[in-house]
Amino acid sequence: MLFSSPYRIYSSGDHSITIEAGNQIDTKINQEIISLFHDLSANRIRGVKDIIPAFQSLTLIYDITICKKEAGNQSVFTFLSALLELRIKQPIAIANAASRRINIPVCYDSSIAPDIALLAELHTLSIEELIEIHTGKEYRVYMIGFLPGFAYMGTVDQRIVTARKSVPRTFVPAGSVGIAGEQTGIYPFGSAGGWQLIGRTPITMFDPKNEIPCYLQPGDEVRFFSITLSEYKNWGQS
Amino acid sequence: MSIRIHKSGLLDTLQDEGRYGYQHLGVNPGGAMDRIAMHIANALVGNQPNETVLEMHFPAAEILFEETLLIALAGADFSATINGKELPILHPVLISKGSILAFGKRKYGARVYLSVQGGFTADTWLNSTSTNTKVNAGGFHGRALQKNDQLLLNNPGTFSFVFTDHAFEVLPWKAKTAELYTTNSIRFIAGAEFGNLHNQSIVVMKTQVYTISRDSDRMGYRLQAGPLTTLSHQEMISTAVTRGTIQLLPNGQLIILMADHQTTGGYPRMGHVITADLPTLAQMQAGETFQLQEINPEQSEDLFFEQEMNLQQLQNACNFRLQEYLKA
Repeated sequence: MLFSSPYRIYSSGDHSITIEAGNQIDTKINQEIISLFHDLSANRIRGVKDIIPAFQSLTLIYDITICKKEAGNQSVFTFLSALLELRIKQPIAIANAASRRINIPVCYDSSIAPDIALLAELHTLSIEELIEIHTGKEYRVYMIGFLPGFAYMGTVDQRIVTARKSVPRTFVPAGSVGIAGEQTGIYPFGSAGGWQLIGRTPITMFDPKNEIPCYLQPGDEVRFFSITLSEYKNWGQS
Repeated sequence: MSIRIHKSGLLDTLQDEGRYGYQHLGVNPGGAMDRIAMHIANALVGNQPNETVLEMHFPAAEILFEETLLIALAGADFSATINGKELPILHPVLISKGSILAFGKRKYGARVYLSVQGGFTADTWLNSTSTNTKVNAGGFHGRALQKNDQLLLNNPGTFSFVFTDHAFEVLPWKAKTAELYTTNSIRFIAGAEFGNLHNQSIVVMKTQVYTISRDSDRMGYRLQAGPLTTLSHQEMISTAVTRGTIQLLPNGQLIILMADHQTTGGYPRMGHVITADLPTLAQMQAGETFQLQEINPEQSEDLFFEQEMNLQQLQNACNFRLQEYLKA
């Protein structure tokens, strides 16, 4: 059975239902959420079109008409609510602590890391120390959202926790690696954005031509490693 | 078998009912903003309800028909013409080869949908032909249509129709849409953080008039009205959001998420516009006003079923009329 902590199930729209556990970002709860995601993906509820895990919540997007056929006289929300209650009380295999371990190259050269000098100064670190801290830890992918393939990872070492920029940039290039509060992430596409940019990866984080277009998935454990500017420029060409 | 963009419009994209099954990867559903208009345009030419259609904003494109085709327009009325002669919407129309569809004044609505019998040949990405302009995938090379783009067609019927004095023939039945859209308030069900609103703000939210702001688009509608306040500041952890979700921004204003919404969000959720009323909202544009009315989730489901049933009846009637017409 999942969720030893209090949880609640609520309507998040007339075609959407959410289960939420606790009110903080917690690795164990996130693991349970991802386990529930895998379980519901393998044993699909008829009419459910999307299963969206987040930090400590999971949302089902459903086809009202198809679900109503199963729900009978009850409302679809009541029907799905009961189904979810039942599902989390049944034994569910908790996904392995780390489903996948992935190493991602990042170039921290100031020429493509517009905020790194500022952050080092702010935290009274040398740029080298900051890089060492950022690459010195494994990060969990808690969820994917905001943009296709944008992985919310955490949590960064307390020494480099930094608030978002007060005025977001109108354009952040694809591959930019950033910090926002305790989180770290990679912009898969050029986009407006407020994260503090400390590097850039040559890896394509989202490729629509691939069958699984996303480089990262919720539950992955990610470690960054530092590469030079010339390695960055020639990545994938050797 | 094709049509060609003679002059580009503000934002013309191919859309279907949306891309589902990939929101856990951050891929938003997209799809036609007004699902009713998409359904009707398709029904009129005998297509399946979710066949790919061309969604056009105002000002809309000018289109050259390179074949004789059965088409229909539904949704907004932008005073359509064929070779300068008035063309009614909500009718199936036979258009002769070489004709040009153009638009004039905006009479009502924000988005017009063009269907062709058999549908457009579109790029399918992750099981949907909807255009995702962020990823540049789906639809027509993942982008809005531009001048001289040639859109291929799947398998339109062949017509040996003899056009007389006009370059087009309006078939003599019209889709009735009055019951499908609401003329009153936009209805919503309460969201998870609705209870965190000040008592007075709850009253204000349900009685004040909202103006749709200029910076509204396919991603979301920003509303302008008196600011709403909450009892306490809640630090939110991002969760999934969906089409119709009404979020409260830090400045006290509301935003309603539309077809191209992000998959997750961290603003308090005051409510969710019901699916049955989203098409009405999708046909409103910047500067227009409306009010919000709260209903319960059961009513919301019932209203949706009623609407779907009406659409199904309309589809059946259209199919019947079209078959009778083509036999004759």
